[in-house]
Amino acid sequence: MGGRDRGMTTVLGGRLDGLTTVHVDDELDTHDRLVVVGNGMAGARLVEEVLERGGDSFRITVFGDEPHGNYNRIMLSPVLAGEEHEDDIVLNSHEWYADNGVTLRAGTRVERIDTAAKQVHADDGTVTPYDHLVLATGSYSFIPPMKGVRDDAGELLPGVYGFRTIDETRAMLDAVGRCRRAVVMGGGLLGLEAARALQGHGLQVELVHAAPYLMNVQLDPEAGAILKRSVESLGIAVHLDVFATEVLGGDRVTGVGLADGRQLEADLLVVAAGVRPNSDLAVRSGLEVQRGIVVDDQLRTEDPDVYAIGECAQHRGEVYGLVAPAWEHAKVLADVLTGADPDAEYHGSRTATKLKVAGVDVAVMGVNTPERDEDEFLVISEPRRGVHLSVVIRDDVLVGATLLGDTRKVAFLTQAFDRGAPLPEERIRLLVDLSDGAEEVGVAEMPADSQVCNCNGVSKGDICGAVAGGCGSVGEVMDRTRAGKGCGSCKSLVKQIVEWAADGELTEDPAASWYVPGIPLPKPELVRAIREHELRSVSAVFALLAPDGKDDAKSKMGLTSLLRMIWGAEYAQENDAKFINDRVHGNIQRDGTFSVVPQMKGGVTTPAQLRRIADVAEKYEVPMVKVTGGQRIDLLGVRKEDLPAMWADLGMPSGYAYGKSFRTVKTCVGSDFCRFGLDDSTQLGIDLETRFQGIESPAKIKMAVVGCPRNCAEAYVKDVGVVAVGNGRWEVYVGGAAGASVRKGDLLATVDSPEAVTTLAGRFLQYYRENANWLERTYDFVPRIGLETIRAVLLEDSEGIVADLDAGLQRSVDAYTDPWGQDGKQPATPGQFRPALPLIPLPKVPVR
Amino acid sequence: MSVTELTTSGPTTTAHVVGRVEEIPPGEGRTFVAGGTQVAVFRLRDGSLHATQAACPHAGGPLADGQTDVDVLVCPLHLYAYRWADGASTSGAPPIRLFPVREVDGDLVVEVQPVEV
Ligand code: SRM
Ligand SMILES: Cc1cc2nc3c(=O)[nH]c(=O)nc-3n(C[C@H](O)[C@H](O)[C@H](O)COP(=O)(O)OP(=O)(O)OC[C@H]3O[C@@H](n4cnc5c(N)ncnc54)[C@H](O)[C@@H]3O)c2cc1C
Ligand code: SF4
Ligand code: FES
Repeated sequence: MGGRDRGMTTVLGGRLDGLTTVHVDDELDTHDRLVVVGNGMAGARLVEEVLERGGDSFRITVFGDEPHGNYNRIMLSPVLAGEEHEDDIVLNSHEWYADNGVTLRAGTRVERIDTAAKQVHADDGTVTPYDHLVLATGSYSFIPPMKGVRDDAGELLPGVYGFRTIDETRAMLDAVGRCRRAVVMGGGLLGLEAARALQGHGLQVELVHAAPYLMNVQLDPEAGAILKRSVESLGIAVHLDVFATEVLGGDRVTGVGLADGRQLEADLLVVAAGVRPNSDLAVRSGLEVQRGIVVDDQLRTEDPDVYAIGECAQHRGEVYGLVAPAWEHAKVLADVLTGADPDAEYHGSRTATKLKVAGVDVAVMGVNTPERDEDEFLVISEPRRGVHLSVVIRDDVLVGATLLGDTRKVAFLTQAFDRGAPLPEERIRLLVDLSDGAEEVGVAEMPADSQVCNCNGVSKGDICGAVAGGCGSVGEVMDRTRAGKGCGSCKSLVKQIVEWAADGELTEDPAASWYVPGIPLPKPELVRAIREHELRSVSAVFALLAPDGKDDAKSKMGLTSLLRMIWGAEYAQENDAKFINDRVHGNIQRDGTFSVVPQMKGGVTTPAQLRRIADVAEKYEVPMVKVTGGQRIDLLGVRKEDLPAMWADLGMPSGYAYGKSFRTVKTCVGSDFCRFGLDDSTQLGIDLETRFQGIESPAKIKMAVVGCPRNCAEAYVKDVGVVAVGNGRWEVYVGGAAGASVRKGDLLATVDSPEAVTTLAGRFLQYYRENANWLERTYDFVPRIGLETIRAVLLEDSEGIVADLDAGLQRSVDAYTDPWGQDGKQPATPGQFRPALPLIPLPKVPVR
Repeated sequence: MSVTELTTSGPTTTAHVVGRVEEIPPGEGRTFVAGGTQVAVFRLRDGSLHATQAACPHAGGPLADGQTDVDVLVCPLHLYAYRWADGASTSGAPPIRLFPVREVDGDLVVEVQPVEV
């Protein structure tokens, strides 16, 4: 590089001439002597951390075999690329050491440790005593055995460089002006950076990599392949899956010979084929060394006064090659040494890295491919854009992520990876922001006026305003703005915005674990209390369990459902505790009228039934008759006061299309008529609907039975889906959904009779009723509990509750009465069917 | 239902007997007409009476079909809540109108402004 006014020998971060540091006579100083070997990223950070903890109780000496102060090694790539000046990467100059009373022995190499005498011997012949010794010697560039790579003196052939230190970097910078063609050995992080940097200096660069794809340590093959395209598009030739076996040229490099016989011309060769820990010093001194210097959770070697940190250390079998773990080591060790926290321990690092490699954004953490059968693996690959994103999930926890070409989601993923934060049910949201077809932007970039909750018309700005106005939890924000309280599909976005707006100031919402907002108890405790005190009505529950005995409108519906589940027929009915739908057994419409959906088990009807429906529709001037998505007929727009008479005329039971309850079983025609039918799905559907009719549950329950895996009645996406697979066998799926969320159900079991299906479906239903949160559909419940747990409980009776589940369900089955037959004849309360809005003109539903 | 004009209290409101207390089950609401104005009257479980406009200001929902507690009334259509104390919405909708209501010998008495003719 032109314009560089310093010679190669300039000391980086050096001191002005003439300055010396005055030290108290060693003999008089009673402070412990802390000696650090290695003045790199780890060693220097340790000194900083010790000083921060008031480490003036130590006399500190640092040896570094580089002559420089401490510089930021990871910035060598931009320095090589000419993007950064070397002066700007100094972290701690010689000055700094002097100012802090730390003796820096730069340019001095420690040769040997006498652990018995507690002294280190340096290459300048000095002997330095220590009370505590820290080895932070880092790594060196590994030079693979190649013919001709070294000269007779054992030095690298002129023109051949490692890429580890500022001196090597300077040497390369010095050479680029005289060179035309470079070969980089190694397609890992360092090799790619070197290749890119050299190419930027106008050299023609070829990269040779022994593995079948680039960055094979961090990436999976597909991502590696995409990275290759990106690198090649920069004009760098990439040779994969081949070893360089020979360095050509007598007294300076002229080319590289590959194992397949090819020869690449080169006047500069960078060897970036991996690093090896600098552990020879420890070996020579008799410390245990495997891949690195072996340390325990306090970074201590087998000698109680000798520690090792950074890349030279091997902790729990792991040797790290990144700066973050080195810094974590330094923190823990400083705690231990200074006594700030004598019990501090290091338990390993979950390494997550975000880099720009050769101009391409890369972020990697954890594993990059699934390792076990049950691992979830999600990949988005867009080779043309150079984007490849993947995540590996194990037991609902993020165990790895690879982002190439697009690292916008790195912040969230790093958090999830570090802290095991809960993952969105729709896994794809881990990798992209889904705003339902609209623009994909991060929360931060969203304009303030962009609509977040379409149901309630709440914008990002409204949410931020609520946070600024003092709402401290997601729940409060949702209450204040109503965001997320409609269809709920925006909830996770709302949560993200609240978190972003609150910037870490969020309080944990205690109410999040309560079954209903008005009673401060999670479901299991609430159920226990209700049983223990025999609370049979909603008002009794409030009186005893609510703060100050205060009732809460928004808790009533959930409590009613729970009490009915617990007490069956013995529950004390209170109509005001029900939502209007459950008071009048119909679904309220936008104009205050109701819909009437008669039961039509399994979607099977008769001409007589159809005739009756037709007559009723005419008689009561029903504005719309519609076939529903649930395989039955809806009479919409019915006046409240007409309901009882209509039910009587229909003579059909309620289809419960309005309740948080069991709804329908969709069926296909099955073996009776369909040429593919393997079993009688229609009959099984009818039987299931007969058994489960009217059963209330935390949220809607919908089922389907199909006669073969063609799945014409969509059983794979139902709360419980049953699929005939032939020979009398049926698959039972649970937790499916195709409403606001889409999820394929999980195969719970394959059973061999319709009776076994009924039993298992019932068991699942009861388990869900007893354990799900209010309004939690099975598509959230099943993944929350985990399929394995559900299987163990229901199939192996791991908790010994199967008999209770069966009995509990049976109680509810026995308590079934058809509400239309009941209230139709004898109103439950005065004015139950009185019009609530008879006089005022309302937005009219158009009549077809 | 017979609506009897009873007394006037002050120059602007007229009191009307709209029905009997037993017509409203505890915790529920029913719609009545008081001097040509539709009102929803609620009898809470603590015995207190409240009267509001009958249609929800948000989108015309039938408030008498809503759910109640000691603090609020929740509209059945989109679950907006309104405070008994002042009619204000807890979630940003326009407020609802409240009418004085009391029980006289089992009769429900609601005071409304006379409808201008
Ligand atoms: C009538 C019907 C549409 C139609 O014309 O076909 C319908 C109508 C309503 N659905 Fe639905 N859903 C109907 C089938 C479905 C289906 C398909 C099915 O059942 O196979 C689904 C997807 C499956 C599912 O449930 O996940 C479906 C997913 C929803 C959802 C989203 C639930 C979710 O968590 O994903 C809602 C909103 C909710 O429950 O909060 C909903 C809510 C509603 C409500 C009840 C909205 C409301 O609260 O007023 C609609 C009532 C209209 C009315 O006044 O009667 N409806 N709805 C269907 C009645 C089926 C039946 O015979 O019982
Ligand atoms: C070009 C480049 C780019 C990188 N980019 C990244 C990145 O983007 N992100 C990331 O996380 N990591 C990156 N790294 C890796 C990171 O620099 C290392 O993980 C980190 O420097 C390790 O710190 P350390 O203190 O253990 O070793 P070092 O920083 O290597 O320090 C060890 C020091 O000890 C000295 N020493 C060794 N033996 C003796 C002895 N016997 N006596 C005296 N002194 C001795 C060495 O000379 C050296 O100065 C990069 C590395 C390089 C080379
Ligand atoms: S019927 Fe279902 S999809 Fe249609 S508007 Fe109503 S809730 Fe939405
Ligand atoms: S109409 Fe009352 S909340 Fe929408």
